[in-house]
Amino acid sequence: MKKLALLLILAFIAFGCSNNDDDSSPEVLGCTDPNSLNYNPEATKDDDSCVYEKNVTFAFTQNWAGTPVTAADFNSSVYQNQAGNYLSISKLRYLISRISLHKADGTTVDFLEYNLVDLTDPSTLTLSPALNVITGDYTGISFIYGFNEADNMSGAYPDLNAANWNWPSMLGGGYHFMQMEGSFDDAAGAPQPYAYHHGTARVSEGVFEQNFIAFEFDQNFTITDDATIEIKMDISEWYKNPLTWDLNDRSVDLMMNYLAQKDIQRNGASVFSIGEIAQ
Amino acid sequence: MKERSVKMFRLIFGLLTFSLVMACSSDSNPPEPVEEYIPTPKPLTVPPIFERLLPPPTIPDDNPQTEEGIALGRKLFFDPILSGDGTQACASCHKPSNSFTDDSQFSIGIDGIEGTRNSMPLFNMAWNGNEKFFWDGRATSVENQALEPVTNPIEMHNTWQNAVASLQNHSTYPELFRKAFGTSNITKELTAKAIAQFERILISANSPFDKYLQGEGTLTPQELNGFEIFMDETRGDCFHCHGNENSPLWTDNIFHNNGLDAIITDKGLGNVTGDPSQDGWFKSPSLRNLAYTAPYMHDGRFATLDEVINHYSEGLVYSPTIDPLMKAVSRGGVQLSESEKADLKAFLLSLSDPTFITNPAFQNPN
Repeated sequence: MKKLALLLILAFIAFGCSNNDDDSSPEVLGCTDPNSLNYNPEATKDDDSCVYEKNVTFAFTQNWAGTPVTAADFNSSVYQNQAGNYLSISKLRYLISRISLHKADGTTVDFLEYNLVDLTDPSTLTLSPALNVITGDYTGISFIYGFNEADNMSGAYPDLNAANWNWPSMLGGGYHFMQMEGSFDDAAGAPQPYAYHHGTARVSEGVFEQNFIAFEFDQNFTITDDATIEIKMDISEWYKNPLTWDLNDRSVDLMMNYLAQKDIQRNGASVFSIGEIAQ
Repeated sequence: MKERSVKMFRLIFGLLTFSLVMACSSDSNPPEPVEEYIPTPKPLTVPPIFERLLPPPTIPDDNPQTEEGIALGRKLFFDPILSGDGTQACASCHKPSNSFTDDSQFSIGIDGIEGTRNSMPLFNMAWNGNEKFFWDGRATSVENQALEPVTNPIEMHNTWQNAVASLQNHSTYPELFRKAFGTSNITKELTAKAIAQFERILISANSPFDKYLQGEGTLTPQELNGFEIFMDETRGDCFHCHGNENSPLWTDNIFHNNGLDAIITDKGLGNVTGDPSQDGWFKSPSLRNLAYTAPYMHDGRFATLDEVINHYSEGLVYSPTIDPLMKAVSRGGVQLSESEKADLKAFLLSLSDPTFITNPAFQNPN
């Protein structure tokens, strides 16, 4: 409504000024594109200051040390982790929230949507937030893996409830941050299940510790058009940095295990990176 | 600011209306308004616990819930007219008293032939997020599901052509279809739509556990202890597939191989997708109304809830497509004690909803 009103006013001004034939007026610098957000109808010379609203899409991709991983690899592709375990993946779901773009002027564009990435559901591999961004220079991207303490409210998100994404209240409640499952070959070569599940860490009865990871990537980029920003997960990093994770030691029943939950969080710090920004 | 926006809006609206009137005023022959029949909308009554915790129900745009559609679907559901020899209705294998399944391992079709899968209970169909129905997910909507049993040779063994003709020649159905859909020209699609509308009103959310969650009732210490076991990853570990206090459907609505057999004979989802890594995957059934839905599993192999619990406790069997969530398969299961099993069973039964099976709106109207 405000925009419409503004347009009407601008139109009025534009018409009002159209028979201004005073040739002696000084040159006015500004944005001369009527389609821009900051169109200056009085400007006589464009100064490259025009800004526009653009859509941004986040694309979530996964790889194993650089080799792309998709649902097509599930139950078939075999990977070797740092500890030497041979494993396959049958499920990978993880939660990303509070994505922000950082502008050169120090402000941020804060997207409200969270995204439960499920490799078997293509619609979850991209997120197109409702909020548009303004063209211009940016200096960074930040997001949270999982939910921060304020967002991680038990039962608060109907779609996540329906997805059975809840984290048990006896373990602090809220939601899972990740479920990665599959099969690995144990020391005797026999297939064994693993369920690498992550969420709030239970210290002792009724005492819990937050376990999300806040990522902030300093990266200069310029948004000139609708943009797709790739957020990459290197799955192999969950198993190697800083802790070499041997599935023979820890494969299932990790949710109650405080140390396992904290080790997953430590290893998670090197898992995500920003990939291609396409526009 | 808001005030000003409203005024501005009125001004613009007024101008637009005026210009529209001007633009249209030369039209001297306005078309006759077409009188379109509209049945009475009857949106689903969403239970408070679903309203609070779950996404809104899934209703297809081309099949909104209406009073007349639901009434027609209910009549069809209980009417053997759809079967090849007029002996079997949907309700023959989906009885209200059994939470809309039956009590046989395999249901018998009109020719006396036994099926290979256990009849599924029907409730909360509008909260099946992925819209995959049947044990193997082969139907992609309630409407599509409803089409199949009519022509299945070991079920109602009819043709849709014949079923539609029977309905069309009936003394009341053409009029009921006209009331429900504005046309008395009966088709299989409209028949399935009406049945789906009735199935969507089969909502179950009034078990003792629901009342406990809504602060309207209490549970016994045994039931509460059973719930702890259910939610404990190192004991029952049931919640990864079967819901929790904030996911009150009590199913994830997706597919798993839950370690029933070493050799997979019924491929389930794998047969539908053609992906051999999904052989033996079947849909997690809801744990609601277990008191009325025995026997259990896709093939009805377990006659009692005790047998089901024993399966997960010590009966798991490895096969290559087993779900990793069957974590304890190498020791046969989660190894619950006898008292843990009893408590878990008590909790599971607290998810049964006696008002659902006796709801007068769900009974045979014929």
